[in-house]
Amino acid sequence: MSSWIDAAALDDIDDEDVKRFDHAGKTYALYHVDGKVYASDGLCTHEHVHLCDGLVMEHVIECPKHNGRFDIRDGRPLGAPVCVALKTYPAKVEGGRVMVQLG
Amino acid sequence: MNTATQPLPTSDDYKLIGGAGERALAAGLVNATWYKSPVPRAVMKELMQRSDAQGIRDTLLWYALILGSGVLAYLSWGTGWAVPAFLLYGTLYCSPADSRWHEAGHGTPFKTRWMSDALYQTASFQVFRRPTVWRWSHARHHTDTLVRGRDPEVAAPVPTDWASMLLNIFAIKNVPNETMKVIANAFGRIGEAEKTFVPEMEWPKIIREARIWVAVYAVVIGLCVYSGSIMPLLFIGLPSMYGAWLYNFFGWTQHAGLPENVLDHRQNCRTVYMNPAFRFLYWNMNYHVEHHMFPMVPFHALPRLHETIKSDTAPAYDGTLEAYREIIPALLRQTSDPTHHVVRPVPQAA
Repeated sequence: MSSWIDAAALDDIDDEDVKRFDHAGKTYALYHVDGKVYASDGLCTHEHVHLCDGLVMEHVIECPKHNGRFDIRDGRPLGAPVCVALKTYPAKVEGGRVMVQLG
Repeated sequence: MNTATQPLPTSDDYKLIGGAGERALAAGLVNATWYKSPVPRAVMKELMQRSDAQGIRDTLLWYALILGSGVLAYLSWGTGWAVPAFLLYGTLYCSPADSRWHEAGHGTPFKTRWMSDALYQTASFQVFRRPTVWRWSHARHHTDTLVRGRDPEVAAPVPTDWASMLLNIFAIKNVPNETMKVIANAFGRIGEAEKTFVPEMEWPKIIREARIWVAVYAVVIGLCVYSGSIMPLLFIGLPSMYGAWLYNFFGWTQHAGLPENVLDHRQNCRTVYMNPAFRFLYWNMNYHVEHHMFPMVPFHALPRLHETIKSDTAPAYDGTLEAYREIIPALLRQTSDPTHHVVRPVPQAA
């Protein structure tokens, strides 16, 4: 089991918003919704677009380029033009920090 | 990029198979990073917010106008007023469907997703674009805007094909072409070019939609035969042609005459100020630089986005006439000189 990584301060992510997190040459997206945090790959599975510029609506992240949508809880694609699920990662808040388990 | 070093563009370059797509890929133009004007995240989040209210209001008004003009057209049948009445009906049926198809395809006009999906289906039918094919085609248009051999939606390719453009004022090429593709789809066949941008898992949807369209048109044509009148087709079907002129009038302002194979929407899109009636019919797609740069901003927020980034873009055109004063000479020159294009005065980075 991979270890937890300190990814960001919770205060740096507004409620119902997303923030980019780069680690070990990869890019991820961190989400904050209703006090809970979620993490996923940072690029849309449709094309090479950073989801951190997208719009979070409840538990949905919408890609800023083509409006492909994913459920941030499990990465499910919610309609064209995204057909492939987004990889998600365990995330939690500890002492005001967003911790993610990548791997 | 310096177009002078590139081979002269030809109409074949625009083909998705065997066109200039490979050269564009080699030149780093495919799925590339495009210029974006700086907008603070908090401002962008506010601009991206969805609203059901404005979408519902505009959609109800649009269909009320279609219904009202349809009643007028029906009552005028057999009189000299039938021509202007049907022209009004057909224009309202078809031309605003272009921008509704467009906005609903982006999923932005409503907060409630099913409303966008429903409007997308009806508007696609009215403007005569196969819904699933054109959803993916438009995604490609946004990825590779005006990249030759990649963008399936170049409205004014070079050298200028005047015959096609003039015929398509009333969709005389587009609708028959699309009809053949609908029929092929209904028989389960998908075009090779379409396979390059529509994933296989979406093909059954294309076939299902085509079969529904064929069934609807079979009923309409059956009604024509039964009644011995063309009137049913004048209400459903033919408006997609005789009502197309206005969306072309609006649509050619988007990119015609502007450079291809550049990675900056400020150079290959136009923002044109329009009056409130045009903006209602066109759902603010006249703010086209803004739309391409930030496609998730809904139609009702585009004027605010324009105010936010206008100092970083070329000046907007003061009306469609000013735009066409540039477009027509550019298209005339591109008829014999396909390397020519308009150069927009884009602010240079400090």
